[in-house]
Formats: sequence, structure tokens, C-alpha cells
Amino acid sequence: MEEKGEIHLPRSIFNEMLDHCRSCRPEEACGLLAADAAGKAVAVIPVTNSLHSPVRYQMDTREQFDAMKRIRQQGWSLFAIFHSHPLSEPAPSPTDIRQAFYPEAYMIIVGLENDPAVVRGFVVEEGRVGERPLRVVADSLP
Amino acid sequence: MSVVVRIPTPLRKLTGNQGEVREEGKTVREILNGLESHYPGIRERLTDESGELRRFINIYLNEEDIRFAEGLDTTVKAGDEVSIIPAIAGGSR
Ligand SMILES: [Zn+2]
Repeated sequence: MEEKGEIHLPRSIFNEMLDHCRSCRPEEACGLLAADAAGKAVAVIPVTNSLHSPVRYQMDTREQFDAMKRIRQQGWSLFAIFHSHPLSEPAPSPTDIRQAFYPEAYMIIVGLENDPAVVRGFVVEEGRVGERPLRVVADSLP
Repeated sequence: MSVVVRIPTPLRKLTGNQGEVREEGKTVREILNGLESHYPGIRERLTDESGELRRFINIYLNEEDIRFAEGLDTTVKAGDEVSIIPAIAGGSR
């Protein structure tokens, strides 16, 4: 039963996102999740953190542009923007909130401070933050 | 020269919810002036007091970042596509 406002991530998408974030440690990692026409998350698009910092990130401009173009061309939509917090809890920082310019996408934060990782999802619009329960669901058959 | 300008979601309040608008101009700067005249308030979201592009705003002309061309003086031609793309960024401090 799908509860309104829950974020559902297929297991394979969740794992791919997590693997990418772990592989970038100690730097913050970032990327996009795309959804198909039915609104289901179907692709992870990792993007380089051009700041290569453990406490800040900014997507490589060119890669961000190409990723968004790919999403358009595939007929997908931007589902979520994810980034990792290698050293802190997975909650949006004041900087994350101030620099959130895509209210149509969930903000997913992967907290790597502890093992296992803690992943949380939010909606952020004009400085207001709301958490959305994030659930990992089974991959559906193709 | 009439070009298509792609407007990101947070600025669509200023464009009557349009994600794409048409503007006239010979350079990106003229396009932004056109935007401001039709949708007052939009330019200050894109450029700072000195008229330069804000740090977290990227503008693409077709496939190219105008920062790697002539910036706001980059010339446009009919049928071009200008995309306003806020950077995706953050930080834990
Ligand atoms: Zn963050």
C-alpha cells in the first residue's frame, strides 16, 4: 500500500546510489535520480563533485547539463537530487537549504557517518523543509 | 533574433508558470533585458549588482556554457535555445 508522500526507491537504485556515495569518500558525492513516465525511479546518474570536498559539493556544470538533457531525451523526469554527508548526519544543512533550486525533485541525503548508512528524503522549497519517509522496495520485473 | 529561453522551476512564478518563453535580442544580455521587461524581477535572480552572472546560475546557449564563450555578450541567432540552469550545490557547513 503506497502512502502518499512516501519516497519509494527500488533496491537496485538504492544500492547503486549508495555504492557511488561510498566510492567517493571522503568527499561528498552527488548525482541525480530519474523517474519514468509512471513516476518510478529508474536510473542513477552520478555527477562529479567539482569541489572535491568532504563538506561541500557543487555538481560539475557540464555533467549536470548533460544529465538533465539525457533525462529529457529519455522522456524521464528529475525524481531526486542526492548527495552524501560523509561526516555528518543526513539532514539538510543551512547551505543545502539555501542552495536548493529544484523544488520539483526530492532531496535525498546519504549519511555515511555510521555503518550502515542512513538515507533520508526531503522536499525543500523556498527555505521550507519537510521530510518524506523513504522506503526501499523490491525491484519490479522488467 | 527570436530565441527560446528555458526557465527553471523556481523562476516560473515570475513567468506565469511558463517553462519556455520566447525573447528577442542579439546577445544573451539583450535576452535577459527582454526577460526583465516582460517578467519584472527575474534579472536580479540571475545577475548581481554589477550585472555579472550570479555564481550559482549557469546559462547555456544551445550546448555551451556561456562562461566559456563571451559570457553575457555571447551572440545569439534565431532558433537558438538559451537555458537558465541553477547549479546543484550544497554543503554540510
Ligand atoms: Zn548536504
